[in-house]
Amino acid sequence: MEDHFSSIRFLLISALIVMVGVIIASMVGMGIQEESKGMAKPTFLFLWLFTSTGKLFSFVQFIGFFGPLIGIFLGFDAINRERVSRTLSKLLSQPIYRDSVINAKFLAGVAIITVVLVAIVLIISGLGIRLIGVVPGSEEVFRLVIYLIASILYIAFWLGISILFSVVFRSTATSALASLAIWIFFSFFVSLGAGFMADAVAPISQSSTGVDPNMMIKHEQVQRTISLFSPMTLYNEATTTILDPLRKTTSSLILMGPLERLSLSRFESPLPLLQSLFIVIPHLVSLVAITFLCFGVCYLAFMRQEIRTV
Amino acid sequence: MENQAIIEAEELTKKYGHQIAVNHLNLQIREGEVFGFLGPNGAGKTTTLLMFLGLTEPTSGKVRVIGFDPTRDPFHVKEKVGYLPENVGFYDDMDARQNLQYIARLNRIPDKISAGRIDESLKVVDLLEEVGKKVGTYSKGMRQRLGIAEVLIKEPKLIFLDEPTIGLDPDGTNRMLDLIHSLSREKNITIFLSSHLLDQVQRICDRVGIMIKGGLVAMGPIEELAKKKLGIDKEHYTLEEIYMKYFKEA
Repeated sequence: MEDHFSSIRFLLISALIVMVGVIIASMVGMGIQEESKGMAKPTFLFLWLFTSTGKLFSFVQFIGFFGPLIGIFLGFDAINRERVSRTLSKLLSQPIYRDSVINAKFLAGVAIITVVLVAIVLIISGLGIRLIGVVPGSEEVFRLVIYLIASILYIAFWLGISILFSVVFRSTATSALASLAIWIFFSFFVSLGAGFMADAVAPISQSSTGVDPNMMIKHEQVQRTISLFSPMTLYNEATTTILDPLRKTTSSLILMGPLERLSLSRFESPLPLLQSLFIVIPHLVSLVAITFLCFGVCYLAFMRQEIRTV
Repeated sequence: MENQAIIEAEELTKKYGHQIAVNHLNLQIREGEVFGFLGPNGAGKTTTLLMFLGLTEPTSGKVRVIGFDPTRDPFHVKEKVGYLPENVGFYDDMDARQNLQYIARLNRIPDKISAGRIDESLKVVDLLEEVGKKVGTYSKGMRQRLGIAEVLIKEPKLIFLDEPTIGLDPDGTNRMLDLIHSLSREKNITIFLSSHLLDQVQRICDRVGIMIKGGLVAMGPIEELAKKKLGIDKEHYTLEEIYMKYFKEA
C-alpha cells in the first residue's frame, strides 16, 4: 500500500542504502582504477564494481548480509500494527477480500525492495562508469539483471518471514525480535553448525599418513549440504557465481600447491553466461520455493486467524 | 418496505473451543428501526456483530444480512453495511479527509464522487472545521464521530455500532446519541447498537434485545418488556429495572 513510500522508515532505509551505494562505488571504483592502471582491460571489469571488496566489503556482501534487515524492516509490523492501532477490524469490514490485505502488504514490500535495489545498482553503475570509464557489455547487463532478481527474491523471503511473525505475534516488538533472531541464526549459527556436523559425521584425522581424500570429500559434502539450508548461503553462492564468471564451481575445495595454482590461472577463462546460469538455477529455484513457502504459511495463518481485537 | 427484515438470525451459535460465546440466537431486525442490543460485558454481543459481518464464522445456524449470507458472501454484505468497532482506530498520521478517502478507495468509490461524500459526512458529524488536523490529535469524542463519518462514506443501509458512547463525556454522549437518532430518522438507516449503558439505549432505541451469557433472554419494544416484567400498573419505569430483573433471573 501507498503508505510505505511516505513513511519516515522508508526515507531512513533509502538514505542508508544510497549512502552505502555511493561509498562502495567510489571506494571500489578508485581501487579498480589504481589496479588496472597500465593494464589491458580485463574481462568483466564492470562487474568488479559489485564484487570487488575494496577496503571493507563489496556491494554483494553488503546486500547478502544486510538485505535481510531491509526485508525485516519493511514487514515486521505489517499486520500487528493495524491490530494495535485497531484499524484491522475496520479495514476488514470494508468490501475487500481478506487475502487482498496480506497480498497487498507483501506486494507493496516487494515493490519497494525492487525500487530500492534497482536504484542502488543504477547509482553504483553510474558512478562506476564515470570513475573507471568502462561501459558494460550486454552480457554484464544480463548478469546484473539476474543478480537483481536473485536479490529481490532473497529479500522478499525475509519480508515473508517478518510478515509471518507480525501475523503470529500481537506485539510489534516481539515480532521484530523474532525476525532478528532468525536472521542471526541463519547468518551465524548455521554455518557454524554445519562445520560441527561435518566434523562429527566425517572427521578429518590429522594422522601421520596424511589426510584421507575420500573422508575429506565427505566432510566437505556434509558441510555444504547443511549450510545450503541457510538462505544466505544459497543467495551468496548464486550471486557470486553470476557476478564472477571466473569462478568455476560453487564450492571452494581447492587443495593445491602454488605451481598448480599458477598453471591453472594461465588457462583461466570466464564461464559463459549460460553455464553460470545452469549452476545457479537450482539455487534460484530454491530461493523462489522458500519465499513462496514462507508467504504461503503467512497467508494461511492470516486467513485462519480470528479477528477479535479483545 | 417498512417491515421487511434486514437481519435474520436462526439458531446462530458460536463456540470457541468448549466455551459457547453465542447460544442458539434467533433474531429479526426490521428495516429502519433502531435496535438496542444489551448485555453485560462478555455476553457475546461483539461476537454476534462479527458474525453478522462475516468477520467470524458461525459454528452453526443461519444468518442473512440485507438478503445475503455473510459467511458465504461477505463482499456484498460489507458493501452496504457499516461497522464501527469499539474503540475504533485510525491512521493517526493522516488527517480526517485522508482517512476517509482511504476508506472510500477501499470501497471502490471514484475520487470524484467520494470528495463530495466526504465533505457531506464530515458536515453531518460536525467535523468540517477540524478536517486539516492529524487524527492523532483528535479527542475521543471527535474520533468517535469521525468513525461515524467513515461509516457513512459508503452510504450504508445498516450500521452496526459497538459501544459507540463508551468513554465519552456527557456532552460527547449527547451529540453521539443525537447523531444516531438523526441518521435513523433522516437517512432511514437501520441502526443496530450494542451497549450496556441502559439510559442511553432507552432514549434512542425502538426495540431492545437483552443478551446474557450468549443467549437472548428478552426482545421487544421497551414498553412491552416493562409490562411483561414490572406489571402494567407501573407508569415510571426505567430500562435499568427491567434489565436487572432479567439479569437476576438468568
